[in-house]
Amino acid sequence: MSKLRLIVRREYLAKVRNKSFVIMTFLSPVLMVAMVVLIAYLAQLNDSEKRIVVVLNESDFFSTDFQTTESVSYIRFFDVDLETAKDSTSNMGYTGLLYIPNKKDLEMVAKETTFFTKDSPNSLLLKKIEWVFEDRLRQSRLQDMGVSSKQFATVDRAFEINTTSFLGEQNLKHINEIKSGIGLAFGYLIMMFIIIYGGFVMRSVIEEKTSRIIEVIISSVRPFQLLMGKIIGTSLAGVTQFAIWIVSAGILLVIAALFVDVDLSALSAGSDVITETVGDTMMPIPSMSETANLYTQEVFELPWFVLISSFLIYFVLGYLIYSSIYAAIGAAVDNETDTQQFIFPIILPLMLAIYVGFFSVFNNPHGPIAVGFSLFPLTSPIVMLMRLPWGIGEGGVPIWQFLTSIFLLLGTFMGIVWLAAKIYRVGILMYGKKPTYRELYKWLKY
Amino acid sequence: MNNILVTKEVTKRFGSYTALNKVSLEIPKNSIYGLLGPNGAGKTTLIRIINQIIHPDQGTVLFDGEPLRSEHITMIGYLPEERGLYKSMKVGEQALYLAQLKGLEKTEAKKRLKYWFDRLDIGDWWNKKVQELSKGMAQKIQFIVTVLHAPKLLIFDEPFSGFDPINANLIKDEILRLKEQGTSIIFSTHRMESVEELCEYIALLHHSEKILDGKLSDIKKAYKNNKFHVGMHSENGQIDLNGIQSKFELSSIAHDPIENQVSFTVQLPTDDSRSLLSYLSEKGNIHHFQEKIPSANEIFIQTVQSKSAHE
Repeated sequence: MSKLRLIVRREYLAKVRNKSFVIMTFLSPVLMVAMVVLIAYLAQLNDSEKRIVVVLNESDFFSTDFQTTESVSYIRFFDVDLETAKDSTSNMGYTGLLYIPNKKDLEMVAKETTFFTKDSPNSLLLKKIEWVFEDRLRQSRLQDMGVSSKQFATVDRAFEINTTSFLGEQNLKHINEIKSGIGLAFGYLIMMFIIIYGGFVMRSVIEEKTSRIIEVIISSVRPFQLLMGKIIGTSLAGVTQFAIWIVSAGILLVIAALFVDVDLSALSAGSDVITETVGDTMMPIPSMSETANLYTQEVFELPWFVLISSFLIYFVLGYLIYSSIYAAIGAAVDNETDTQQFIFPIILPLMLAIYVGFFSVFNNPHGPIAVGFSLFPLTSPIVMLMRLPWGIGEGGVPIWQFLTSIFLLLGTFMGIVWLAAKIYRVGILMYGKKPTYRELYKWLKY
Repeated sequence: MNNILVTKEVTKRFGSYTALNKVSLEIPKNSIYGLLGPNGAGKTTLIRIINQIIHPDQGTVLFDGEPLRSEHITMIGYLPEERGLYKSMKVGEQALYLAQLKGLEKTEAKKRLKYWFDRLDIGDWWNKKVQELSKGMAQKIQFIVTVLHAPKLLIFDEPFSGFDPINANLIKDEILRLKEQGTSIIFSTHRMESVEELCEYIALLHHSEKILDGKLSDIKKAYKNNKFHVGMHSENGQIDLNGIQSKFELSSIAHDPIENQVSFTVQLPTDDSRSLLSYLSEKGNIHHFQEKIPSANEIFIQTVQSKSAHE
């Protein structure tokens, strides 16, 4: 067996057999699923709390409005004065009192209508009530202008612009967000992997230093071999862990959905409420299922080969760059508490990539900011992956940008690994000194 | 070739600090070589260069007549001053790993480990974790791992620091046995008295430079200064010290009235000890007569002092 393989094997086994690693591997999916289930459950609970609104309608309008729905019940009071109604609403613990006074026309009524509540009212509920008023007001104003509501319905149709790419394919409205989301998920995965397993590499280096075995090892193998073996072994352990996480989280989610009576779609309940109300009033929204099919088709037609193969390239190179920096930090210090000052500058570009991705690439995947950050080697593994769902070439990432980005990343990779190996080589034999950046710079010249 | 290792004008700098300045050494085969000097003299740097952990800025190192190559790593065993083991690994597994890193096949490594574990009486430690071992126990493992691949050259940096006396003796005996079997050995230490009796050759390093090297017996011969230590009985009253003092230069005179003994050091102008002995034997009973051979430590101090006096 070659020495590198020996080292990789040892690092892998040392990691995989580590108790806390094993616990994390098997506990995390459970925790994750528990959290999702809990959130879904809470969302359901929150939503299932029925709101009761008392309506005191003294006007001649709205006699047929405010029908009880799934989430709001409306109770009508008749022949009581406002003060009594307020008292009893408050005493019964109802959500609020909608007071509609008696005025001569709708405009006046609307103006004087008040919604009394104990605390500040739920904005969604308020919106629902406002919609009713808006709707009635619109109809009455139209009538004043001599337009029937039927006529209006033919006029007031939602308009959606056709979007087509230059190649003539029909574009879907939100497909950009979906594409960005997929890219963002890939980028996020890379970032998490770097932060978790880069940290592992660093701790492993520190452990070798503090246990003083390092000099025994590097009298047998070259420090660079040890560094590479460590990085590879740790990342293999990481890949194992990720695989276990994904598989078991999937299984657990299915089990949880089957056995625990929690409707996971409750997570999207908020948006349902709005569509429901809109549907109640005037405009029927187009059926979602046929568009959903188009989306699924579009997602299937994403350049998956390009996406996955470039994910692997960016993942491997990005991870190697960052983890060798982590290793160099581990070598430079004597214990973990000294690492803080060095870690922040590493995490900074990663965070920047994610935020730039979220706020800039999401809206404009091929704009100047997106291009810049997808070329810059410390952010490109994350940002470029967010652009790649559009493919390479026409309509997507220009080939030159893709190649430049890979080339820059490769160059940086070699440069950084070389620098990190130098710091590592010197650092592992240094004890008792808390290094400064200036000192690290000096080590490069040893 | 009679030298296992030769360094020629080896220089190593760390930034502006020179850790080794043109150090040339010749380490004969099948000998025990002491690399002596105070902390910071450059011993560990030199040893790291021999182990190819770091590389010299100038100068060459020859191993068994050939320029040092990475293949030579398997022919060298090194027990560093800063030594340790992976705490969470099992003893046997760890020893096997380290042996394989030195190029041994797994089965062969296992066989040899078994031999050494039995030899040092630690056969039942195989499945223990290192963190369960005491410091002395861990050092036995480290020793085994150092010698397991039967290297031609063994390098021990401060070998006896941290060993308890029993283990230190055990290890010392094993080292001597390995030397009998033809291994060349380098001892590096700042506690010169700890290895003096073992070494045939020594080199003294001071402030990154070699200030003295050669066969220990030759060096001692060169540094002896005709001093003799004498002890006499004085049962028949007083010894005529004044008489002796008038003929010879005496120093550190000491009386022991209970045992009726007197001791002193005589400085002779030449190494003619016979005339001194015959003169003294007329003065009383001699129970002790010994030439004062300087210790490595004394030689070191003397050399450093004379060097700085010349500068």
